[in-house]
Amino acid sequence: MNGKLRKTPFILLGFFLLLWLVGVSLGEPTRVLEQAKSICLSCIGIG
Amino acid sequence: MQTIRKLIQAVWIFLINGFWGFPITGNLYQGPLKVICSPGLNCYSCPAATTYCPIGSLQQLLLGVRFSLQTGHYYLGSFVLGGMGLLGASFGRFICGWACPFGFIQELLHKIPSKKYSIPPLLNWCKYGFLLLFVIVLPLVFVDQFGLGKPWFCKYVCPAGTLEAGIPMVLLVPDLRTTLGFLYLNKICILIGVIVWSVVASRPFCRTICPLGAFYALFNKISLVKLDLDKEACTNCKACHKVCPVEIHFNETPGSGECINCMKCMTEACRFDAIHVNVAGYRLGQPGKRPAVTSHQ
Repeated sequence: MNGKLRKTPFILLGFFLLLWLVGVSLGEPTRVLEQAKSICLSCIGIG
Repeated sequence: MQTIRKLIQAVWIFLINGFWGFPITGNLYQGPLKVICSPGLNCYSCPAATTYCPIGSLQQLLLGVRFSLQTGHYYLGSFVLGGMGLLGASFGRFICGWACPFGFIQELLHKIPSKKYSIPPLLNWCKYGFLLLFVIVLPLVFVDQFGLGKPWFCKYVCPAGTLEAGIPMVLLVPDLRTTLGFLYLNKICILIGVIVWSVVASRPFCRTICPLGAFYALFNKISLVKLDLDKEACTNCKACHKVCPVEIHFNETPGSGECINCMKCMTEACRFDAIHVNVAGYRLGQPGKRPAVTSHQ
């Protein structure tokens, strides 16, 4: 294995993981689940 | 390698759309898996969908930001954006080439024999406009008296939503048929346009419209897993130009946001081992033996 460790992807992963955890702590998964469980009339082209 | 890729694409379609009980229940899947982010563009209103669509969910959260703040909630979209970012920072547009159901459908359509056309590179920029305007700005800015916006991309553009949810749900729920109008007709016309375009051009939606592809494109140069070029090994023979389904010149622009990382150039074109998969800075696999010839011709 030749090469040099790239740090940028890990910094980005850390940032987005933090963002994701903030969303979890604010209760967003419940809201996302509510939306995803119901028919999105707009997506169908009705609403 | 391309056969393996096709198999993986097919597996992803069935994983993301794994609920086949909908003809019995008469409704879409409503289980807990729907809290998982779909890596590719896949409408969560598809009756078989088992995950949420990141673009649809992001719009739904953004359009309700003012309302949620007024009601004491802080649904700002960070959960969805975080999920999208984790996928993008890990794989970039590998997801487009390997795990997107709508991308796979376009590839299959392109196999239909017909005269093939290229897409002007300038149109590639349009997808960034769709991401910025239809997914972020318009749902945030144009709100009704209750402070609620609209999911502009889903409502007025998304052909994946029409194909995967619009048509099946209208067939599944007869009551919905009475409410069809101009919006539905508009979306059907867009879908037909994309289908015809996909037959004559390679992956037109991914290259010019897809906001999720635009988001992942931002990471293509810096993602954990990416395609890389060994400049010393490259002979500039241009063989990679000829096989690329998205018409990029990989040896001139490695890490281009347009590259869907299908690896066709690596496995079917380059004889000099100049293209390889790079994981966090390390080359995946050992360099092969390079031929003594200096060109493909």
